[in-house]
Amino acid sequence: MKHIDEYRDPELSRKIVDKIRAISRKRVRLMEVCGTHTMAIFRSGIRALLPETITLLSGPGCPVCVTSQQEIDAFIKVARVKDVIVATFGDLMRVPGTHSSLQKERAKGKEIQIVYSAFDALDLAESNPQKDVVFLGIGFETTAPTIAASIMEAEKRELDNFSVLSAHKLVPPALSALMTADDVRIDGFICPGHVSVIIGTRAYVPVVEKYHIPCVVSGFEPADILQSIYMLVKQTETGDATLENEYRRAVAFEGNKKARQIMYKVFEPTDARWRGIGTIPQSGLKIRREFDSFNAEKRFDLSVPDSKEPKGCACGEILMGMKTPPECPLYNEVCTPSHPVGPCMVSTEGTCAAYYKYDA
Amino acid sequence: MSIDKILLDHGSGGKASHSLIADLLVPEFENPILAQLDDSAIFDIEGKRLAFSTDTYVVDPIFFPGGNIGDLAVNGTVNDLAMCGATPLYLSVGLIIEEGLSMADLKKILKAMREAARKADVLIVTGDTKVVPNGAADKIFINTSGVGLIPEGTNISGHNARPGDKIIISGTIADHGITVLTQREGMTFESPIQSDTAPLNHMVREMIAASDQVHALRDPTRGGVGTSLNEIAAQSKVGIKIYEEALPIREEVSGICELLGFDPLYVANEGKLLAFVGPDVWEKVLETMKASEYGKDACIIGEVVADSPGKVFMKTRIGSTRIVNMLTGEQLPRIC
Ligand code: SF4
Repeated sequence: MKHIDEYRDPELSRKIVDKIRAISRKRVRLMEVCGTHTMAIFRSGIRALLPETITLLSGPGCPVCVTSQQEIDAFIKVARVKDVIVATFGDLMRVPGTHSSLQKERAKGKEIQIVYSAFDALDLAESNPQKDVVFLGIGFETTAPTIAASIMEAEKRELDNFSVLSAHKLVPPALSALMTADDVRIDGFICPGHVSVIIGTRAYVPVVEKYHIPCVVSGFEPADILQSIYMLVKQTETGDATLENEYRRAVAFEGNKKARQIMYKVFEPTDARWRGIGTIPQSGLKIRREFDSFNAEKRFDLSVPDSKEPKGCACGEILMGMKTPPECPLYNEVCTPSHPVGPCMVSTEGTCAAYYKYDA
Repeated sequence: MSIDKILLDHGSGGKASHSLIADLLVPEFENPILAQLDDSAIFDIEGKRLAFSTDTYVVDPIFFPGGNIGDLAVNGTVNDLAMCGATPLYLSVGLIIEEGLSMADLKKILKAMREAARKADVLIVTGDTKVVPNGAADKIFINTSGVGLIPEGTNISGHNARPGDKIIISGTIADHGITVLTQREGMTFESPIQSDTAPLNHMVREMIAASDQVHALRDPTRGGVGTSLNEIAAQSKVGIKIYEEALPIREEVSGICELLGFDPLYVANEGKLLAFVGPDVWEKVLETMKASEYGKDACIIGEVVADSPGKVFMKTRIGSTRIVNMLTGEQLPRIC
C-alpha cells in the first residue's frame, strides 16, 4: 500500500500543479479516455487546480456508457427467454433500453443475477444444470481476457448451459474514430491505465503516428493524473506528439501478451456499434466460430430491431467530448441518478453521474 | 417527472428519502415536534424533557459478522435517542416474522437483543409479534421504539451546530455497510471486516459530562457520513468543511469500496457518531471519546464554517476542494 500512498502525497501533487501552471500557455483540450480516471479527477478535485488554459474532457471509456441501445435491447431479450438466467455486472441493471431495463425485467420476475466476475456466472451454470446461464460480456480489453478464460474453462468443465453475449469494445479504434469525427477537437489523450496493462503502450503507436496526437498512459492516483497532464501540456507547448508512459509501475510497452493470447483465442475483432458514436470498424470483439456453443447469439435468436437512442440525451456527444453534461437539456431536470435517461447517468463511472455527484 | 410508485431509492436514506419525508409525511402529520426532524422527537411532560424514537430493521442477511438484526435493532434506537442527548430507558419491540423462520435463528436474534439491551442499560418493556405467510416478509423484520430522558441543561440538536465547531467522528467509517454488502453478495475476503453495530449512549453521556459545548450529534447510518453532514448543514444553516486526509477508513474497507465503486462517505455505519463540538473544548471531548469503548479511533474530520450555509465541502488530499452532496440514486437497499 505504501507504494500507492506515494502518489497520494499532497506535496507531490501540489508541485506538479505548480509545474503545469508554469508551462501552460496554449489553450488545450485533453481527454481522459477512461471512466475510472473521470471519477478520480472529480473525487480529488483536479479540475479546480488546473489553470484556465486546460480543459479536461471525459471520453468514451465507461463500458456501460458506450454499450449501444440495441445491445441493451438484446440483453433484455435474452432475459425474457424461458429458463434463462442472465448473469451481469450490476452497473448494467438500470441502463434503459428502448422499452425496458434489466432492473424492470427482474421486477417482473425474470431471473437476473448480479455477479462480479464471469467465473461467478460459470459457477451459477454449474449449480443450475436445468437452466441456461447467459453472461453479459461488456467492457474493454481489461475484462475481455477474463471472460475469454471463463469460456475456455466452461469448455474444460464441459458445461453445455453457459454462454456469453459479447458486447466488448476495444479502446484504440475508438481513439482513431474520435480523431476523424467532425467537430471533435482534442489536443491530447490521457490513456487508460488498466486497459493498457493488457494492450501495452504499443497499442497507441498507430494513433499517435497517424493523427499526430500526444498520448500519455496514466495511473489512477491524483499525482499520476496530474503528472500525465503535465506531460501532455509539455508536449502541446513544444508541438510534440509522442507516446509516453506515466504508469510504468504497471504498464509495459508490450502489455500482457498472455492475456491477449487468451483473449484472441476466444474472440476476434468485429465492427461494433458505440452509443452515440455509431459503428466503428473493428472496434468490438465477437466469439470465434470454434466457440460457437458458448456464444449466446448462436444459441438464441437475439436479433432486435434498430432503435433510436432516447430523445434529447446527449450521451453520445458527451462521450466524444463535444458537450459537457450541464449542456444537456435533460441534465438534472429530467435525468438524475434516480431517474436516468441515458447510461452516462447510470454508471458509477458515467460522466453525467460524476458531474451530478461532485459538481452539481 | 412525477413518480407514481415507491422506489427502492425512497428508502436509501439519501435525497429521495428526504423528499419523501419532507413532501409527503411531514405535511400529513404536521406538528411542531415532528417538524424538528431530529433523530428523536423531543417534548416536555410534566417538567421532564423526553426523547422518543422509532426505527425498523429489514437488513439482509439477518446474520452478519459483528452482529445480527437483533442487536442492530436495539442499538439503532438506543443511538437515535442518545443523539439527542437523552438517556435511553425503555424500548418496545415489534417482530414481523415470516412463516418458516427457524426457531434456532429466532432464539439467536432474541438473545442478541437481550445482550444489547443489557449493554446499553435499557429495558425492553413491551412488544408485539406477528407472523406472516411465506413470502409476505423476508425471514424477520424488527421495529423498535424507545423513550429516554434528557438531563436538565442538555440541548443537543441537529439545529445547533455553529461556525467554529469542530467535527469529530467516533471511529472508522463504512464498516457496517460494506460488511453487509459483502455478506450478501457472498464475497469473501482474506481479512474479515465486521459491522460496527454498538450502543453509543454511554459515550454520549460521558461527552456531555465533559463539556456543555456538544452542540449536535448524529449517527451516520443509511446514507453515511456524507448524508448526515448535509443534514446538519441544512438544519443548522451552516457550511461544513471536511478533510479527505482525516477520514478514518480501514484499508480493507477502502479497497472493497474502490473495487465495487462505492464512496465510503455514503456507506452506512451502525456504531459511529458525528459530534459538533465548540472550538474551545474539542480536545477534552475527543479525549473522552477516545477513552470510551466505542470511540477509540475518534478523530477530527472537519469544522463548521459560516459561509455557504447548507453546503458541505471537502478539502481533497491534493489540496483541491469539492462539494460533498447528499446521496443520490446509489442503491444499497436493506442495509439496516
Ligand atoms: S444528463 Fe442524462 S440525458 Fe443528458 S446526456 Fe447525460 S445521461 Fe443523457
